Amino acid sequence: MTELAIHTADRDIADDLCEQVRSAYADRTPLRIVAGDTRAFYGRPVEGKDLNMAAHSGIVSYDPVELVVTVRAGTRLSALNAALAEKNQMLAFEPPIFGEASTIGGAVAAGLSGPRRPWAGAARDFVLGTRIITQEGKLLRFGGEVMKNVAGYDLSRLMVGAQGTLGVLADISFKVLPIPTSNHSLRLSMGLKDALGKLAELGRQPLPITAAAWHAGELFIRLEGGASSVNATKERLGGEPLSADFWQQLRDHQHAFFAPDAAKALWRLSLPPNTSPLSLDISDNDIFYDWGGSQRWVKTSVAADTLRKACQQAGGHATCFTPHTQGGAESPFTPLNPVVEKYHRNLKTELDAHGIFNPGRLYAAF
Amino acid sequence: MNILFDERLDGEFVHRDKADVLEDLRNTIPSLTLLHREEDLHPFECDGLAAYRILPMLVALPDTLEQVEELLKRCHALGVPVVTRGAGTGLSGGALPLEHGVLLVMSRFNTIISVDPDARLARVQPGVRNLAISEAAAPYGLYYAPDPSSQIACSIGGNVAENAGGVHCLKYGLTVHNVMRVDVMTIEGERMTLGSEALDAPGFDLLALMNGSEGMLGVVTEITVKLLPKPETAKVLMASFDDIEKAGRAVGDIIAAGIIPGGLEMMDKLAIKAAEDFIKAGYPVEAEAILLCELDGVEADVDDDCQTVRQVLEKAGATNIQQARDEAERAKFWAGRKNAFPAVGRMSPDYYCMDGTIPRRELPRVLKGIAALSEESGLAVANVFHAGDGNMHPLILFDANKEGQLALAEDVGGKILELCVAAGGSITGEHGVGREKINQMCSQFQPDELTVFHALKAAFDPQRLLNPGKNIPTLARCAEFGAMHVHNNELPHPDLPRF
Repeated sequence: MTELAIHTADRDIADDLCEQVRSAYADRTPLRIVAGDTRAFYGRPVEGKDLNMAAHSGIVSYDPVELVVTVRAGTRLSALNAALAEKNQMLAFEPPIFGEASTIGGAVAAGLSGPRRPWAGAARDFVLGTRIITQEGKLLRFGGEVMKNVAGYDLSRLMVGAQGTLGVLADISFKVLPIPTSNHSLRLSMGLKDALGKLAELGRQPLPITAAAWHAGELFIRLEGGASSVNATKERLGGEPLSADFWQQLRDHQHAFFAPDAAKALWRLSLPPNTSPLSLDISDNDIFYDWGGSQRWVKTSVAADTLRKACQQAGGHATCFTPHTQGGAESPFTPLNPVVEKYHRNLKTELDAHGIFNPGRLYAAF
Repeated sequence: MNILFDERLDGEFVHRDKADVLEDLRNTIPSLTLLHREEDLHPFECDGLAAYRILPMLVALPDTLEQVEELLKRCHALGVPVVTRGAGTGLSGGALPLEHGVLLVMSRFNTIISVDPDARLARVQPGVRNLAISEAAAPYGLYYAPDPSSQIACSIGGNVAENAGGVHCLKYGLTVHNVMRVDVMTIEGERMTLGSEALDAPGFDLLALMNGSEGMLGVVTEITVKLLPKPETAKVLMASFDDIEKAGRAVGDIIAAGIIPGGLEMMDKLAIKAAEDFIKAGYPVEAEAILLCELDGVEADVDDDCQTVRQVLEKAGATNIQQARDEAERAKFWAGRKNAFPAVGRMSPDYYCMDGTIPRRELPRVLKGIAALSEESGLAVANVFHAGDGNMHPLILFDANKEGQLALAEDVGGKILELCVAAGGSITGEHGVGREKINQMCSQFQPDELTVFHALKAAFDPQRLLNPGKNIPTLARCAEFGAMHVHNNELPHPDLPRF
């Protein structure tokens, strides 16, 4: 494989990271896995010795014709996105970037996906393989660099969203996709009920929609695909043109809606498609519908239990994005059902017997 | 290289007397249908990998989840292994029974519970056939994307267990990309819901882990799948080549042009001839290779893409390019490909289908390797290839009635898979490891990696009662397998790390 350096500081420090893990395992020292530290707000705080991944950076291999890139976890998202864009390709799950220092390892560990998620897939859908540092400090490879691979258990996808609690992501291979040749974003003045109805109707048709949001009386839609279909759909939907930056601002929480509010916590509600507005005492202006309505950002002082109950009844769940120290919920993630939790504990015990990997980041118990 | 369960290598079990187990289950679950007479067990002795047959101790055919729950609890208490089976179409022996185990057949759970066109979701029981989901969704203009060749017969529970693929994976993904939620029963009879109708769920992604776990972590009892709007149109181009390497390069050129076809398939001369003799699909029998490239989506875009692909193919040296004029011709082009396996079956008393994946750039090298193995063994090999996603299906032709030919075919197959691993690929793209490729797992993974897989299994089933002996080999088996190969000094790649 050819080594494609993004900048001269790129290097492989996996051996050194393995050594640090071995020593932590021997001493039972908890590790706080960190690189850009731009997602520290997400999840519970971790007490531990830093395992700094930032220097483990660079693209290991990238073959645009294979649609596969393999990258070290400490590589900055900005650098990776730029390298892919140079070949007219992209990470189709649009990982949010919460700061210039944001890395791909953090993006995969957090498992968050941007506005294209309902149409293109989530972070885990594009992970083909990983090299993982185990509790014993061994660097092991799971999955690979091919599109289809069902040999063994899918450990790579299990790592996505596990926030480093099951092992250290060293390198990750992704399926990448071509950047669509044509795009157009638009805004339509429309009430919430009509907007949700319209999205359900459009969703049943083969249209080149790759993002849909609603906020404060406006429906926002992004079209991407071939020039012919984008133009035809643009004519059909009408509305006013919208800057493509809108989606990036929404993805990265740069939109004015996300400005911190001392009295309210920011929540992410994940709900089945076509869920009606929840009966909660929250003003429409404090709700931002993304993912065609499946992901709803909410600013509220409503109690965590009340929010979670409403989401659970609708078949979804709620995650608090405001840290506990800043007025957010004590448990940012929805508590697990007891049987599911039992198997989470079993997995954690098998893969991290001494609790050295980001202990307590997801849930207090593991 | 016997792949049948061997307690010495694959792990020991408590041996229960069949009559005792039967009596225990009859007493505790009187309503459960249990088959125990030899003549009743025979229909269940194998799955789609028919070369291997084992009579299970008992076959259970539950109608209710309560029966499944009780059965699992009793088997757990007695230490009796359980192999779950659906339609039994799997090609890797994933549902091969165990002589001392219960075969849990889920085929009676065959109800489509609901189709929600607005949420674009279908809730189904595991015994529902893959194609039946798309049929139920069709009135709403929707369909279920993964389409394994066996889609008429295979059931969705097995699709989840194997993470089944099909000819449209590059664009639409495998089963794991299209399943939203599964209800699972553990070996202890506990019920778990993994995933949700929302686009994610809290905690670890156990849903992803369950896909492709080959019935080793739990029994899938209900599945919610994503439905997609049917593409407005689909058009297919067939290109002929006088050289298979040119065809391989054309595949890369199409992707490099920024196009992701709905389907992109390659067949070599032998496969073309077999399919043409059988189906009369209009394939050019004089060609060394053909590519079938399907472009789907909105009419106008598809027309643009057809133009682009045509130019790419011409530049790549295609000797002839044909676009299906209408739906009937498109169906005919695909019929040849979809029937390639039975077509090859007509040319030879038996064939052995492999399922390796490789990075596409390695295709010429791997094809050369396969040709050399074919020549060396005297067994013909027809190549059918999901070219878009690098998934090869070499079909090794042999005659099981001729002494030693099955063993020779398996040997050639094993070496082909090792070629795939050496090229940076995998021993299985969509058929699963099952029992068939249990030994080749030792080529793809090191002992430390296999140990992690065993740890994962232990988190769900520490007594190894669910489908033991499938998917992940024991280190003892790998030691034996590795030793045998090194002893014979016939490895295609002696530089591969082995143990």
